[in-house]
Amino acid sequence: ITEVCGAKRVGYFGPAQFYIALKLIAAAQSGFPVRIESIKNELPLPRFMALKNDGEVRYGTPAELHGVKFQVPHATLEKNSYKRTDEGDKQEPKSPPMSPICSPPASPSTYQRIPLSYGYGKSRSGLEQQHGAPYEVRRSTHQQDAPSSGNYGAKPAHCSTLNRSLSAEREQQDSSAHYSDDPWRITEEQRDYYINQFRSLQPDLNSFISGSMAKNFFTKSKLPIPELSHIWELSDVDCDGALTLPEFCAAFHLVVARKNGYQLPETLPETLLPEYLQAASLKPMRDCALFDSYSESLPGGQQTRDFSRTEKATTEEVPDNSALLQDAKKDDKQALKVSTALKTIPKEFQHLTVKTAAQESNALKARPRSRSYSSTSIEDAMKKGEEPPTPPPRPQKSHSRASSLDLNRVFQQNTQAVRSGWLPPPPPALPPRPPVSQTEQVAEVELHPQMNRPPSQAEENSSAKKEVVLAQPPSKPARRKLRTEAQGLETPELSPTINVTSSLPAVKPHLPVQKQSSKQKRAIQTAIRKNKEANAVLARLNSELQQQLKEVHKERIALETQLEQLRPVTVL
Amino acid sequence: VLVSVICSPPQNYPLYIRSVPTENELKFHYTVHTSLDVVDEKISAMGKALVDQRELYLGLLYPTEDYKVYGYVTNSKVKFVMVVDSSNTALRDNEIRSMFRKLHNSYTDIMCNPFYNPGDCIRSRAFDNMVNSMMMQVC
Repeated sequence: ITEVCGAKRVGYFGPAQFYIALKLIAAAQSGFPVRIESIKNELPLPRFMALKNDGEVRYGTPAELHGVKFQVPHATLEKNSYKRTDEGDKQEPKSPPMSPICSPPASPSTYQRIPLSYGYGKSRSGLEQQHGAPYEVRRSTHQQDAPSSGNYGAKPAHCSTLNRSLSAEREQQDSSAHYSDDPWRITEEQRDYYINQFRSLQPDLNSFISGSMAKNFFTKSKLPIPELSHIWELSDVDCDGALTLPEFCAAFHLVVARKNGYQLPETLPETLLPEYLQAASLKPMRDCALFDSYSESLPGGQQTRDFSRTEKATTEEVPDNSALLQDAKKDDKQALKVSTALKTIPKEFQHLTVKTAAQESNALKARPRSRSYSSTSIEDAMKKGEEPPTPPPRPQKSHSRASSLDLNRVFQQNTQAVRSGWLPPPPPALPPRPPVSQTEQVAEVELHPQMNRPPSQAEENSSAKKEVVLAQPPSKPARRKLRTEAQGLETPELSPTINVTSSLPAVKPHLPVQKQSSKQKRAIQTAIRKNKEANAVLARLNSELQQQLKEVHKERIALETQLEQLRPVTVL
Repeated sequence: VLVSVICSPPQNYPLYIRSVPTENELKFHYTVHTSLDVVDEKISAMGKALVDQRELYLGLLYPTEDYKVYGYVTNSKVKFVMVVDSSNTALRDNEIRSMFRKLHNSYTDIMCNPFYNPGDCIRSRAFDNMVNSMMMQVC
């Protein structure tokens, strides 16, 4: 194999030789003869027992390079990079994305011999060579992604078939596709780190970071201003001059990526979209095809994006790849706090998949930009982004009177104590009914005369009335309630009770009038009794509450004196 | 042929010039420069007129030999000028209006970027993309 791939001749294993060697290994393992021609066949990935992880990674790239119709292997970087190429395909070809490594360099002669059915292969090999160290697979495959997507744009036809086969294969694969190598996907640790950073700037996670705060923060990363400007453009999806939490995470992630050497994309990758990030944080369900992140229209999630996505079945992640990446990921040249934070992050990747949620939110995103220009100024634009803080919670609606009693509570207690048929607590606004009702009640009393009012009852009534008078503020609504209830019931049952409690003086002279039947009398009496009980309860409650009030007052006074005593101590 | 320029007050130096096709740029620059006078004249003519969306669009500034120049001014007195080929009769007023509106939207987006200092030249990929797509539409 060494001889065939040309390493012996050249004297070393360059990337090309290495890939050819791997391909030959795969061929040999599949039973093909070790010859250059056998590389052209469709080969499964070579299997290395010891170096399983390394092997997987490296295969992704040679398989692509050789342009052979590979079978998608068990979850490797390749899968992810193909996902990216899928996106490129479905896009309308746009101007090639900025890539530092786009020029296809000369390939070694041995490499050239292999026919490449896809033009991108060359550029990829060129990239590999430029990147040199195959250990930096992660980076290299990613930086391939950017130009590859551009190149793919030029060859949609080829790639579409490839995509279909890929997607089919991907779906078949039960091993996971992990996105660990996707530089635009935020890992959990990264997300937590970003959230903590957000908190340091803005404690409320649901609120925004203003533009100036964000500017100061990101300027600390020492990236040049034009790049920061571009990052902002990408991440501030709704262009309001402020960053929400997902926008902030996206921006931070882009800064981190840029610091680690990745070129900034032209448009915001899908995994950094706010909806995606928000949904991702809510444990989404399925993978989504990253098709639209390179639309040629405005970057970010602006309304002109093309949201024609197709969904793909999920694939689980391969845990062993995490180990691989830890080996593979080399330190960046710049020693940044951020990059070190990244490296220390253990590589445990979960499925960040969203689909339906993202799609729906994206559909909503196609809003027309409604800007009113009648009052434009920069400050206004900024202010619109910062919503006012939520107003303090409305004070509880209670009785409208300046009384410390909570009538609602009182009435709730009463309803349980007295009768189940009582209406719910009265609304705070008290209509000026009581006096009217009193007169009405008086009239009713005349219509439904009281019968056989025992003197004790009268006494009770008087005492009850006194209590009622004492507790007049709280019970006035009770009276009103009773009044309405009486009106609703249209029976004399309640009205007599009302009459009893409130119109005592008027009732007395009418006692002797008797026109009611005995039934009504009995009903009236029971009603009277019940009302008396209710009154008694109310009165008791009132006294208790007054007591509580006094105690609370005392406590307050005690605390205030304490405070006064302590105060001179602090003032030195 | 389409040229769009954004000029900022008070000195009215251009923040952004883009023309399609790119030859004869100097001529367009000159045209734009001279049309700025007309824009200023129109603004001052409005006087205390209420700032309204309609009045932001200045309409055809003046037709020169081969070109038509359209103007648009924002509330912050940032002027947008567009020079269109007279032979391009397919362009209607509404289209020009919509183009100006798009320009204004993108300009506002740039303003929202805290890293952009007003008065800087506009160097935004998003903005470029938008302008390019607009121009491609016309030509």
